[in-house]
Amino acid sequence: MSKNSKIVEIAAAMLAAPIITFGLYIIAHGHLTPGGGFQGGTVIATAFALLFVAFGKKATDSLRKELLVALECTALLGFIGLAYLGLSKTFFFNFLANSGLLFGETVSFGPNQGLVNTAGVIPLMNIFVGVEVSCGLTIIMLLFMGRDKSD
Amino acid sequence: MEIVKKFFFILFGAFMLLCAASLRPFGTPTQSTMDEYMILNSQREAACNNVVASIVFDYRGFDTLGESTVLFAAVSGIVLLFRGALD
Repeated sequence: MSKNSKIVEIAAAMLAAPIITFGLYIIAHGHLTPGGGFQGGTVIATAFALLFVAFGKKATDSLRKELLVALECTALLGFIGLAYLGLSKTFFFNFLANSGLLFGETVSFGPNQGLVNTAGVIPLMNIFVGVEVSCGLTIIMLLFMGRDKSD
Repeated sequence: MEIVKKFFFILFGAFMLLCAASLRPFGTPTQSTMDEYMILNSQREAACNNVVASIVFDYRGFDTLGESTVLFAAVSGIVLLFRGALD
């Protein structure tokens, strides 16, 4: 891995936190605005790609592959488990919508104020898919960029 | 040989022009009962303002499960390919 200049390292370190925040915003507002789990997860993975390119071995050594694999598997299992929880009616039934529980507020037809606390299981599934996509893409980049054993 | 090429070129061009002429006007789908149902009912049934999100994660959730499984399979294959690379 080549050494980058201080300017590149500091610019990447400054940009990484806003990029991750923007990705979390896209995931959390997937049921209100364009975007969702896949898109937000990809944005978060972009921040890790930037860190890997700027810092090289320092960044790839600080992330454990096993932790990312465990997070990805947990997120996928949570997604499938949420789909199974609606099995009283059908697979992938939205059992939390209009229930008054978590994310369970009703929505009036037509334009409304757009509360975050709506849409039932859709935000939870967005979060699970976002974690899965960001961890999966980070694993791919970690394996492609962090395999250099020299230096 | 040259005349055969020209003949097939003209035949193919005529076929494409015929297809383009028989397209229906823009914005008039043949079957629109399903999308009209989703647009009218996603805010009531799924309590979701974003109709696309309600289709992707509620009405057509099985498709999203397949998508995330494809990504999981891709990551599994790459981890298998690079096993022992970071250890």
